[in-house]
Amino acid sequence: MLKQKFVLYFPAAVTEEPFTYYLIKDYNLMVNIIRADINPRKEGRAVVELSGEKEDFQEGLEFLQSRGVKVFPLEQEIVWVEERCTQCGACTAICPSGALVMERPQMTVKFLNDRCVACEYCIKACPSRAMEVRF
Amino acid sequence: MVKKTYAEINARIKAGEAVVVTAEEVTPMVRERGLEETAATVDVVTTGTFGPMCSSGAFFNLGHSKPRMKMSHVYMNNVEAYTGIAAVDAYLGATQIPDTDAANKTFPGEFNYGGGHVIEELVAGKEVVLEATAHGTDCYPRRKLDKVVRLEDLPQAFLFNPRNAYQNYNVGVNLSDRTLYTYMGILKPNLGNANYSSAGQLSPLFNDPYYRTIGMGTRIFLGGGEGYVTWHGTQHAPGAPRAHNGTPIMPAGTLAVIGDLKGMSSKWLRGVSFLGYGVSMMVGIGIPIPILDEEMLKYTSVSDEELFAPVMDYSESYPQGLGEVLGQVSYAQLKSGEISVNGKLVTAAPLSSYFKARQIAEILKDKIKKGAFLLTEPVFTLQSFMNNDA
Repeated sequence: MLKQKFVLYFPAAVTEEPFTYYLIKDYNLMVNIIRADINPRKEGRAVVELSGEKEDFQEGLEFLQSRGVKVFPLEQEIVWVEERCTQCGACTAICPSGALVMERPQMTVKFLNDRCVACEYCIKACPSRAMEVRF
Repeated sequence: MVKKTYAEINARIKAGEAVVVTAEEVTPMVRERGLEETAATVDVVTTGTFGPMCSSGAFFNLGHSKPRMKMSHVYMNNVEAYTGIAAVDAYLGATQIPDTDAANKTFPGEFNYGGGHVIEELVAGKEVVLEATAHGTDCYPRRKLDKVVRLEDLPQAFLFNPRNAYQNYNVGVNLSDRTLYTYMGILKPNLGNANYSSAGQLSPLFNDPYYRTIGMGTRIFLGGGEGYVTWHGTQHAPGAPRAHNGTPIMPAGTLAVIGDLKGMSSKWLRGVSFLGYGVSMMVGIGIPIPILDEEMLKYTSVSDEELFAPVMDYSESYPQGLGEVLGQVSYAQLKSGEISVNGKLVTAAPLSSYFKARQIAEILKDKIKKGAFLLTEPVFTLQSFMNNDA
């Protein structure tokens, strides 16, 4: 059983297709829509959590891509807004994957994107709200 | 023996000859050259701190409307300001949240906006929605006002913070088995992390532990502009236990400070949110310490290895007011990112920005060197007890 969050970008031409229905019926996937911005004849974006068996998971994602939907894992969407950051370091104790670390001796915060697992703990732990999820 | 007066130091500043260093830079100087030689050379040591300081806020005169109004409720961007003073005066506190904020009804509340954020937006030059209501009187007939204001439109606006620049503070930990949401940030269960909030060796009151040079009228860097110390702050506790170098090992002295909001910057006044707790404001403060003699130099040369903070459990000891301290750790240990509590290694994270504290000390140093910032001799110094070594 696999479970992962994705950001899906729908080209304007396909926003009216019932992708959720196909993923559930044809690929046996559980689809949890976390956030979505879908409008008729406009490019749409959605954040979904997919769960299912490994094979179904793979085929489901390939199906989306074959229909022109761009699929990105969610971790690419956590953003460090440096100009809002006060370099305090409150986030560094909360980040479970070591993606937010203090650089010593400068005592500045560093965001290592490749270590981020998109758990989103930092979003609310940051006092100055310098961490954002962008969809 | 080196002896210097404020007047002599100011004369050197005006002549562009003053030797000014930060509290970080002075420590190795004293180690290398000794107290007497360094005291003869250095005139001023600059300090800095930038952290959440809840007891902050601003007084506003909102200007009279036509017809006039005695405002009894004032909201700025939906955040209420206190109006129990004259007609169009109000005090907006940094920790005030909108009446409509769900607070902790859904725990932990997010507290995304409050008084500190309004002050930050005003100093950034942004428009703020002002809403006022009144009961109406013969002299002040108007009952409702709704308009958009900017800081520049307000006749007077000054920051007046009753408690800032705490001389030392607790290190927050959590001995319980559930996550705590506190003003010391998120504390993970079973000693999951340790949060601290002081600039340590750069912090103003750690560099003048008995307040020999700090008191009413001391000119300071405040929120990016100039301000003054007006009084000892609320909860000022000069009798706190102290180490042999004179620095307190518990929270001790505090400052009440004032300054014109119109000269300040949103870079140095920042609204902040603490999950499950509330809002606050990060305030930047820097104080120049005149090196009047070797003793003052000795105080300013203190380093993180010699400054100690108490570790406090925020699941029981702090909220219940039991006062039990789990141990003392040095700021050098805290800054290393790991401390030992009850025999366990715990990740330590700061809530105050050492990076910004250092920038403040540098800005103040440059201003003094350029002759753009003169020192003031306090009218009287803060209440102090000099003989209570731990």
